[in-house]
Amino acid sequence: MPLLAGDVEGMDMEGLNELAFVLGGVNHWITVFLIMAGLYIIVSRSNMIKKLVGLSIFQTSVYLLYVSPGKIIGGTAPIIIEGAEDQLYSNPLPHVLILTAIVVGVATLALGLALVVRVNEAYGSIEEDEVYSDGDWN
Amino acid sequence: MEFLINLILLLFLSAVTVAIIGVRNLFSVVVLGGAYSFLMATLLIAMDAVDVGMTEAAVGAGVSTVLLLSALHLTKTDEAPARHSNVLAIALSVLTGLVLVYGTWDLPRYGDSENPMNTYVGADYLERSIPETTVPNVVTSVLASYRGYDTLGETVVIFTAGIGVLMLLKGRRRKEDEDGEEGRQS
Amino acid sequence: MRGHLILRVVSKLLIPFLLLFALYVQFHGDFGPGGGFQAGVIVAAAFVLYALIFGLQAAQKIISPALLEVAVPLGVLIYAGVGVLTWSLGGNFLDYGMLDSHDPSHGQHLGILLVEAGVLMTVSSTMLLIFYAFAGRGR
Repeated sequence: MPLLAGDVEGMDMEGLNELAFVLGGVNHWITVFLIMAGLYIIVSRSNMIKKLVGLSIFQTSVYLLYVSPGKIIGGTAPIIIEGAEDQLYSNPLPHVLILTAIVVGVATLALGLALVVRVNEAYGSIEEDEVYSDGDWN
Repeated sequence: MEFLINLILLLFLSAVTVAIIGVRNLFSVVVLGGAYSFLMATLLIAMDAVDVGMTEAAVGAGVSTVLLLSALHLTKTDEAPARHSNVLAIALSVLTGLVLVYGTWDLPRYGDSENPMNTYVGADYLERSIPETTVPNVVTSVLASYRGYDTLGETVVIFTAGIGVLMLLKGRRRKEDEDGEEGRQS
Repeated sequence: MRGHLILRVVSKLLIPFLLLFALYVQFHGDFGPGGGFQAGVIVAAAFVLYALIFGLQAAQKIISPALLEVAVPLGVLIYAGVGVLTWSLGGNFLDYGMLDSHDPSHGQHLGILLVEAGVLMTVSSTMLLIFYAFAGRGR
């Protein structure tokens, strides 16, 4: 595998460039769609568990946003292969950051679910509307 | 071929997301969430992020699903029908989406090894990992060695979350037994 | 879960391999995908499977919540302790090169191994403890 990206593109430069542009766009736009979907669930639904699932979707879309620019066409996973000096590797830094984000994400999910369970015990409901109308808020 | 796999996985991902929005049974939502996580893990592996894909499969599809199911067991499995219109929520998310799509024009192209993100710090780690640490997996060497402070902070976050969950769910049991099952109506 | 013969037999066969795979992921993390987080979650998943099939009490007999409550801070302490150790050897905080006076790269390997062990301990015990908390609430 050649080291320089120019050599990779040299094989079929025009076609690959076009494809990379469109696919890069598709990747970003679907990421944006997932962010929109997550935000919509969080804002519109009053069920707290559904809200937490929406929050997870929001979170996972950010993984996509970070990892997709770090991918290099013609590259491979960032595990150095001995003896292959001119191997091209994808960028390892976003992987490290997202690894941290995933584990923090499950920690927040667990804490949120614990709060939902306690809310259910106190109010007998996990619907935000019912919980609010139960108290002194309105 | 790589592009095609990527595209199909992305379309699957959006389809599952639309299903999650539409379904009212929370049990189905959680199972769809597991499918979503596995698709995301496959996509991450297709984009060379093998460590991230592995973690997402284990954490997102495994532990998160178990936690959500056990929370459902303690609460309810059906979502109440919506009480007010969703017009405002749709408007808000579409507006956010438009702003973000406008922002994507300035983002680097997919798979470009020349974009600043891939030529500066990332390339530096790739060059230095073997001479300095002799660890072939660059993700591990960056995670545990170069960015050891981050990982220490992350471990503390998990520790804190564990304490938080225990404070919320464990301490009350004893008092509750004395009070005689008060406050456990459902 | 008295009657589910197939589930019980299959999970009994599966759990040792799950734990073995977790150890592989943990110690092969330097050379392939994996590390403390992934291994910790897999260990927790193996015990969650056991608790789902054989009941919470059987699982708590094997690993008691009290033991897990000790293991959670112990993992963080191992991690921070490695940092303090490198301090006391004359390096910076978490500068693993100090751990081996002859060859800094050996020190790096040792440091990463210790730190990942701390991460494994904290992650696996926290996940299992959270599961115990949720499952114990329902009884």
